[in-house]
Parts: sequence; structure tokens; C-alpha cells
Amino acid sequence: MVRIVYLARLRDAFGKSAEQVDLPGDVGTVAALLTWLRTRGGVWAHELASGRAVRVAVNHDVAQATTPIGHDDEVALFPPVTGG
Amino acid sequence: MPVRIQEHDFDVSSELAALRAGDKRVGAVATFVGVVRDLNDASQVSTLTLEHYPGMTEKALAQIVEDAKQRWDIYDALVIHRVGPLSPSDQIVLVAVTSAHRGESFAACQFIMDYLKTRAPFWKKEQTPEGERWVEARASDEDAAARW
Repeated sequence: MVRIVYLARLRDAFGKSAEQVDLPGDVGTVAALLTWLRTRGGVWAHELASGRAVRVAVNHDVAQATTPIGHDDEVALFPPVTGG
Repeated sequence: MPVRIQEHDFDVSSELAALRAGDKRVGAVATFVGVVRDLNDASQVSTLTLEHYPGMTEKALAQIVEDAKQRWDIYDALVIHRVGPLSPSDQIVLVAVTSAHRGESFAACQFIMDYLKTRAPFWKKEQTPEGERWVEARASDEDAAARW
């Protein structure tokens, strides 16, 4: 199981702040996870479309497209930050 | 604790006193205070709500402070960032840095703010007469962080 956390605008768009998912065996990286989530269609395909600015963190560290995702990881999806 | 996330306000004077208490090497304290403005992109802002990603926020800010300590000869640094609903003129963020001479603390303070703006997981939502809207990230903030 992987925990996916949605923050700020993405939480509003998806209507949920987090979910636990069983990822298919071939979904082992950030890029693969985004591709998999896009197949849900609708707002998922829209918000996560390539070209949209989506940032990803794995276990509280900023992640890249190639960052691996494994069992019990916490993956967070969020828009570019606007603090300060 | 060099990094704090809190809903309540902070008192700059007492925070600065605590930061340098007992450290007689300190000859300079540089401070930045970020404040909520009442106008953004031509809209009146009545409330600015800040959210963050608990766990990652503390880790990211602690790393930024650590990076500053590696780059400059500074003694200590403090970051306080508020979350929750804020009103125009409210304080949002405090960065304070101590050093022997002003150059190090000025530079480290600016570095910490520039990195915080682009790397710490905070998001702002504005309430305006036209409704709610998420604040968009600015390219100028990326440029400011890239120069370090």
C-alpha cells in the first residue's frame, strides 16, 4: 500500500486530501504513478496533464520523475509552493 | 528549535532576544518579517489562509537553515512561519540570523527567505470580493532563489 497525499489546489480539485492505494506492479516511479493517476480521467487527467506544474514529494523529500516509489511510502502531490 | 510552524502571532523583539541570549560572540542580527498585504493582483484581500504539509515543512526549513550555516559564517538562525487564516497587516513569517558581522547575517537571511519561497511546502489561498483563489507561484521567486 502507498499513501498518496493531495495538497492545496490539488486537494480541492480531487475532493480528497489522501488515499491508500495498491499500485499495480509496474507502477514503481513518480512518473509511472502520475501516468496511472491520469488514467482515472476527468479532473485527474486535467490536473496532472503533462505541462501542468505538479510537484511531488516522496517521504517528505522533493522527488523527480525517476524517484522510486515502494511499499509504505508517502507520496505527496502539490502545486508550486507560495509561502513566505 | 530553529524552525517553528504555528497559528499564533510572534513577538519579534522577544524572539530576537531569545535567539542571541547568552551568545556574546554575536555582533549582528539580521531580520526579515513578511506581512500580509491588502492588495494582490488588483484584488482586495480580506483573508489570506496559509496551509502547509506537516512533516515535510519542518524538514525542508531545517535543511534550508543547515544550508545557510554551511555557506556563511553565522552563529544561529530562526524561522517562524504562521499557518491558518490571516488578515492584512498580520505577520506571516520571521527569519532572523546572528553572526559576528553584518555581511554574513544579511546574506544568510536573504538566502533563507529566497529558498523558503520556492522550496518550503506552504500555499496561500486568498479570499477576495470575487471569491476564493489559490495564489499562483511567481517566476520572480524562482529567479531570486536561482542566484544563490
